[in-house]
Amino acid sequence: MTTTWLAEHLGDDGLVVLESDEDVLLYDTGHVPGALKLDWHTDLNDPLTRDYVDGERFAQVMGERGVGRDTTVVIYGDKSNWWAAYALWVMTLFGHEDVRLLDGGRAAWIAEGRELTTDVPQVEPVDYPVVERDDSQVRAFREDVLAHLGGPLVDVRSPGEYSGELLHMPDYPQEGAMRGGHIPGARSVPWARAANEDGTFKAREELEAIYLAEQGLDPAEETVAYCRIGERSSHTWFVLTHLLGFEKVRNYDGSWTEWGNAVGVPVER
Amino acid sequence: MGTTDDVRADLPAAMTNLAEDFHAVTERERLQLLLELSHELPDLPERYAGRLDQMERVDECQSPLFLAVEVADDEARTVSLFFDAPAEAPTTRGFAGILHEGLDGLPAEEVLAVPDDAPYRFGLAEAVSPLRMRGMVGMLGRIKRQVRLRSEALTAGGGA
Repeated sequence: MTTTWLAEHLGDDGLVVLESDEDVLLYDTGHVPGALKLDWHTDLNDPLTRDYVDGERFAQVMGERGVGRDTTVVIYGDKSNWWAAYALWVMTLFGHEDVRLLDGGRAAWIAEGRELTTDVPQVEPVDYPVVERDDSQVRAFREDVLAHLGGPLVDVRSPGEYSGELLHMPDYPQEGAMRGGHIPGARSVPWARAANEDGTFKAREELEAIYLAEQGLDPAEETVAYCRIGERSSHTWFVLTHLLGFEKVRNYDGSWTEWGNAVGVPVER
Repeated sequence: MGTTDDVRADLPAAMTNLAEDFHAVTERERLQLLLELSHELPDLPERYAGRLDQMERVDECQSPLFLAVEVADDEARTVSLFFDAPAEAPTTRGFAGILHEGLDGLPAEEVLAVPDDAPYRFGLAEAVSPLRMRGMVGMLGRIKRQVRLRSEALTAGGGA
């Protein structure tokens, strides 16, 4: 969705706009009029288990934001829509049909001088059905990745993370992983290559040049993307699935914070 | 996090006051308080403005934050703290605001005595998620490291 489309449709019946940011306070500093906050961590992650919320909690999170099962949801956020893409991917696990990204995210809206407000809209809660999460289609677990070794894998982290170099100063060990490197056979395609300077997605031909021509990925082949905790790879998952029409892309949300800590899994440098 | 005593244990006075403010309100209001602190974070003085190369980058933060630490050549080894973080990173700015309000102007010895788990004394882990707390832990660790190095350099240099 373009910013122009959104500006013209704000307030439409059947449309709910959600902001999903890395920075948990950013929404409160000003947001698209009528938009509601959806926090990737406090709303979409289970507080105890490292996993997403269950169907009941998801129904509550959606319902209290006025989102029904057939509502059109447009998500935008900071950091070139990383967290917006992540939220969209989590909504996909629950099979929400109509969920879209605002191209360029928060930065594009602001750069165009469009209206921001700190008013938090009062929402009439609606009933969202309790739907069981389906992890079998767009999500990969560690076992799935082990079984997939040899197949196309995309590592979307920075080149330094991919190569396993430690970039931190003395006294500051690389937090979050016992081992540096990447999953054997993974191609390094940093997520940002899919984005323009202004955070919007590159045109389809440019994306094809990177992912198909240069990297040799095949839209018909099952592909797995990963990063550190699954947010940047949600961005690439969106690009491959929705912009390039790949048939089956799974996001390995355990990503490097699981793989780099797991005992006995193979690591390549 | 338990009693008020746990929250205050070994914290400098200004930090204790802040911790108590945070604990006196609801989780939602804690976020507002953090937002206020992000607004109150002072701008960089002229000697650092536009000179991020003179500052230390805090990689643990989600958004780029730059930090400068000065230790005065006075008896108390007074510590001054300077932070730079973009307006689009209000949480990071808020964390810096807590550390600025809590530690700026203290003697080096008191800064070094601040417990490393101090960032968890504000009831923020629940409000912003534990994952986001690493930034503040990183800032505190780097502040203490710089204070230690600069104090040692002053002593070795025969100052005061």
